[in-house]
Amino acid sequence: MPSTFASWRLRALALAERRLPALTRLRRPEALPVRLDRRRIYVLPTPFGLVFAALLFVMLVGALNYGNNPAVLFTCLLGSVAAASLFAGFRVASGLVLARVHAAEAYAGEPFVVNLRFDPAARDRASLRLRHGAFETAFALHANQPSDVSVVVETPHRGWYRPGRIRVWTDYPLGLFQVWSWVNPDVDILVYPSPERAAPPLPVSGDTRIGEQAHAGASEEHAGLRDYRPSDPPRLIAWKASVRHDSLLVRDVEHRSGEALALDHASLRGLDEEARIRRLAAWAMAAERLQRAYSLRLPHETLGPALGADHLRACLRALALMPGRAAVDRDD
Amino acid sequence: MTDLLDRQQFERVALAVAATVALHVDHLPAGLSFALAATIAPRVITRRRAAGAVSWWVRVPLTVFLLMFVSLQYGNIFGRVPGTALACGMLALKLLEAERTRDARVALGFASFVLMSSLLFTQTLLFSLAVCGVLGLVIAGLLSLQPAPLAEPRRLQPDLWRASVLLGIAVPLALAAFVLLPRLNAPLWGTRGDDTLTSTGLSDSMAPGQFVRLMLDESPAFRAEFKGPRPRTQSLYFRTIVLSDFDGTTWTRRFSDARPSDAMPQVPARSPIYDYTVTLEGSGDRRWLPALDLPIVAPEGSRLSREQILVARPGPVVVGTYDLQSSPDAKLDTSLPGADRARLLALPPGYGKQARELARRWRDQLRSDDRIVEAALKLFHSSFDYTLEPPPLARDTVDDFLFGTKAGFCEHYASAFVFLMRAAGIPARVVTGYQGGWWSSEYLLVRQSDAHAWAEVWSDGEGWKRVDPTAAVSPDRIELGAAQSDPNAGWMRSGWLRELRNQLDIANSLWTRSVISFDSLRQHALLTEFGASELSHGDLLLALSIVLALTMALAAGWAMWDRRVHHGDPLDRAWQRFRAALARGGIDERTAEGPLDLRARVHAAAPASAPAIDPLVDEYVALRYGSPAPEPLRVARLVRRLRAFRLRRR
Repeated sequence: MPSTFASWRLRALALAERRLPALTRLRRPEALPVRLDRRRIYVLPTPFGLVFAALLFVMLVGALNYGNNPAVLFTCLLGSVAAASLFAGFRVASGLVLARVHAAEAYAGEPFVVNLRFDPAARDRASLRLRHGAFETAFALHANQPSDVSVVVETPHRGWYRPGRIRVWTDYPLGLFQVWSWVNPDVDILVYPSPERAAPPLPVSGDTRIGEQAHAGASEEHAGLRDYRPSDPPRLIAWKASVRHDSLLVRDVEHRSGEALALDHASLRGLDEEARIRRLAAWAMAAERLQRAYSLRLPHETLGPALGADHLRACLRALALMPGRAAVDRDD
Repeated sequence: MTDLLDRQQFERVALAVAATVALHVDHLPAGLSFALAATIAPRVITRRRAAGAVSWWVRVPLTVFLLMFVSLQYGNIFGRVPGTALACGMLALKLLEAERTRDARVALGFASFVLMSSLLFTQTLLFSLAVCGVLGLVIAGLLSLQPAPLAEPRRLQPDLWRASVLLGIAVPLALAAFVLLPRLNAPLWGTRGDDTLTSTGLSDSMAPGQFVRLMLDESPAFRAEFKGPRPRTQSLYFRTIVLSDFDGTTWTRRFSDARPSDAMPQVPARSPIYDYTVTLEGSGDRRWLPALDLPIVAPEGSRLSREQILVARPGPVVVGTYDLQSSPDAKLDTSLPGADRARLLALPPGYGKQARELARRWRDQLRSDDRIVEAALKLFHSSFDYTLEPPPLARDTVDDFLFGTKAGFCEHYASAFVFLMRAAGIPARVVTGYQGGWWSSEYLLVRQSDAHAWAEVWSDGEGWKRVDPTAAVSPDRIELGAAQSDPNAGWMRSGWLRELRNQLDIANSLWTRSVISFDSLRQHALLTEFGASELSHGDLLLALSIVLALTMALAAGWAMWDRRVHHGDPLDRAWQRFRAALARGGIDERTAEGPLDLRARVHAAAPASAPAIDPLVDEYVALRYGSPAPEPLRVARLVRRLRAFRLRRR
């Protein structure tokens, strides 16, 4: 029985989407900012609203039956309050603008936060709610104060992630009517691959260790220094050492702790594609933690050698966008 | 996000529920009121400590107990009084399990129903205002169930303010619906006899104090439309039922009393005859038809009994409207047979020992019947008070009233007077009916609150004479009507309080006239003033639908109206207008086209405009793309120039 019901429901939904162009339009991603207006706001009574309507009817019949005019007036007043609440609720949703969507760092398989910036325009909006998948939250906006609403999202896939349809709704003020609208912002959020947990140690080659010893044996003064090139940032200039030489010297990042590590996609034979990507991601992060310069060699490009947050981001981005977005198995 | 009620939300709901139940305390049994208070208060206190519904093994026995209590107290659980008692109990019990938003909403919805039912018992202006205030609490309760308020922590005052704004917005529509809703001509189910409190109309027995509910019932009893002269207010006595038997507490009549009179009423020459039509209202007992003292002909479907009251003939046709004639001086009986005389002198044994003593003294001293009647009236006038809230009487109702409480209303006076007369050897009986009324331009409206009881004493040779002992106590009762003539408490009588009370009374009577007694007749009268006559229920419903549709359209306009619908800043808008103007001139708008390409097309299509458009486009590009915050003065100047631009084709 439930399956029959579900199939009927799906068919009704499909019919509604065919017949109501607005619904279909909302299925397509749309460019930000998205403004909720009457063309895309829907209103229906809640179950409580239906019960309340039945109650009002009983009250009206009772009051008329007893010929009791104050009771009739009371019932009329309550009915009018219910009707007014519909429009008050509509005004909470109407004119709301989804201004932008941005996300913090996101890793596949882990929950991450997507911030939706809502602009309430010149109106206080209490008790708006937002549903995205199984995630629900409620928020209030003060007039002329755009603010962020955090949505917690989780996806098993690396690469570009599209939040999809988000239901913005409210049953303000009395819970008799629900006013809702679907927004499907045209934004892509980059989801980094999930780094392999308990990955094997970094691939430290023998040369590197020799290089380190060679450096240690060399003059302390020259350790990790090289000639200035115009593209070097000024903060890297070693001023004291430069005074003693005639030319400007800069600290060589790549040599700060020995030779650059080579994180090579091709060297990880025996693992499947996703496992390779996850291991490379884990290694890149480990190298970053150890402050060791590293280069990432992928089939089509090579990044680095370098060190720093920008480099790590570039590496993770390249890994995330590797072809073949297969699902990543969870570590556990 | 959890929908578990926090402490504040729960207490708002509890407050609304408690206030709702409190409005019913007046007619709930004291035990039940106490039990409800003893249910709500501990629940609020314990929930402060820890959330969680009261377990079912407390709730189920309480529910069973409530059902048993109500059915034992009232005999059943249906009808107005037991029904509301049950509803109050259920509402309080609902609070025991209210833990989530859903429960709280159900409780508040049900509270509004219970709130409405309180108006079935009291309908005064002040009480209605109190009901409105509690409705505000209920709505504020619903508002505070919303998950994300504008300000944390939630405060009661803004929610109450929002609730009153909602109520205020709703008033016009509510009034329109109130005026246009078709009223039922006959109730769908019994509103009479389903419990002791409903007393729509007089009954064929009378116990002193029984009228009180009737006297506060402002629903119309009947209307009398006079053709020709109208009687004076003081002689507006509509006799309805005559009661001749007294058992010490209650006056009753016998079935045989209704047998028709064999004599024709005698009307003395030169005495006035009133010709009028009576239209009965409401759902009262229609076995007896009110008639102005004294009817001389019986209308169709009824007969004139020996006691000179109109008794409807039993049959399927219920009399609603009848024409008849009355004359204040008509006489039916001029002789009183012995058996009847004995019955009209009978007194219940064991009652009124002191009263009998007093009557015997009067008989000895005064001798003449007329002087005894005068003495009794003088007694009432000198030391008795008229009040609609008399103190309860002891077992010997006659003596306790005459020598104890000395306060009451028409029933007490009529009853005590007839007792005294009989004790003094004068045949006497109680007549109930209506006295007074409210003159509209066309008819006299008589309400249930105009119900009255008076006495008739027998005089050999003259027949029955009407004596109204209430008039001796409170002449105002005859002039103003029952409720107005109750002086209530002493402190109300003087100074500014009296002024205030008068003002309040004006408001109250306005409320009574415009709301409480707004029936289908008034509805039609009101709508006739707007040029609509002979409206059927269908017409009313149509008018109501039109008003509803108009209101909804207005409200939708309000909801959708947005002061700040703008697309972009002034510069964008001016550019948009400029492009629209070009489009009207034949250079169509292309969404993906930048200003420079547009300029190229203008050059090609209208070379004459080229010198004019070049600086405009340059300036626009400089302002729009040259700086993140364009200088307002330059923007304003460009906006003006863009507006002034006219495309020249050659």
